[in-house]
Amino acid sequence: MNWKRASIAAATAAPVIGLFAWGLTRDPNSIPSPLPGREAPVFALQVFAPGQGELMRPAGDTVRLTDLRGTVVVLNFWASWCLACRDEHAALSDVARSYAGQPVQFLGVLYNDVPDKGTAWIAEMGGQSYPSVDDPGARVAIDYGLYGVPETFFLDATGRVAYKHTGPVTAAVVRFKVDSLMAAALHAAPSPTAADTAGANPKAGKVQ
Amino acid sequence: MTDVRTFTRTVLSVAAGLAIAGSVVRAQAPALSAAPEGALQDSGAPRVKVQGTLTDAQKNDPVLEAATRSLAVQLRCPVCQGESIQDSPSELAQQMRAVVKEQLASGKSPDEVKNYFISKYGEWVLLEPKARGFNLIVYMLPVLLVLGGAVFLVYIVRKWTAVAPVPAGSTPRTGDEE
Repeated sequence: MNWKRASIAAATAAPVIGLFAWGLTRDPNSIPSPLPGREAPVFALQVFAPGQGELMRPAGDTVRLTDLRGTVVVLNFWASWCLACRDEHAALSDVARSYAGQPVQFLGVLYNDVPDKGTAWIAEMGGQSYPSVDDPGARVAIDYGLYGVPETFFLDATGRVAYKHTGPVTAAVVRFKVDSLMAAALHAAPSPTAADTAGANPKAGKVQ
Repeated sequence: MTDVRTFTRTVLSVAAGLAIAGSVVRAQAPALSAAPEGALQDSGAPRVKVQGTLTDAQKNDPVLEAATRSLAVQLRCPVCQGESIQDSPSELAQQMRAVVKEQLASGKSPDEVKNYFISKYGEWVLLEPKARGFNLIVYMLPVLLVLGGAVFLVYIVRKWTAVAPVPAGSTPRTGDEE
């Protein structure tokens, strides 16, 4: 046994094996998004599926992100041809309904699909509590760095992307994120009047 | 006899060195044809008409088309991850290509358009990573490996072709004596 040779071989092989082992722990399809922490790209998109009850927005209405400042926004990109979107649909719809009347807006964004198929899919799935908008040419999807569906973005009350979820979401994840973002918004602005007096950014007032 | 064996060893080791160098250089090429395809659900998508802001004149402008192509080959398609958005047939790649064209048509410089995509998808979107910081490994490692291989070859070949040391106490055998 030549110990010198054996140790040279081991020293050469170990980094390669280590690299491959590390590679196995990574998903080659996941792309780290640079968006969380940044200002959410603004959009103005037309509603094609109105939603239900309190959360309803008439079809044809234009939803502008700039109008949603002060509320937490859950932006869910989906398509009728997407199988994984079926898994999360009921959870999203139910959670959205349970937050009716609170400062959170759930919004579906149709990705690379035609509104008619989207409407038919919603009917097939037993309805969707919150409205969905169409994104022609996937311009807004590209603005959000989308690479597949479903992807869900959680925007905080100041209009920043707080978190991006790739793949189907669960009710627990949505509730946890929405609750923490609403709590953060309350903490930043204890009451609407306090927020008004401190200006758009209460923290800026403290610093000065 | 010994000369023939030495010669064969030298030829074999040089050939092996060249083969290693060749494979390293090829591995450096960023476009991997074996990238996972169709892993994301883009396949069953119905074709949606891309709505752009381009005029007919801009759509047929060969200069704009050439500028779009030269930029699109540098950007990676998020669906077929080893392909550029110029080459990928996926819907998203076509739409990203349309965005490139629109932004160039609106007067943005190629670097501004590239930075737009980096700000959305991260540096991942560049097929060739920028040669700085940690990325330098991608550029330096193949060169270092080839150089290291060359040094190793020289060392091993010299060792093989060296005259064997004469064992102590024995009479050196040379052809002249007999």
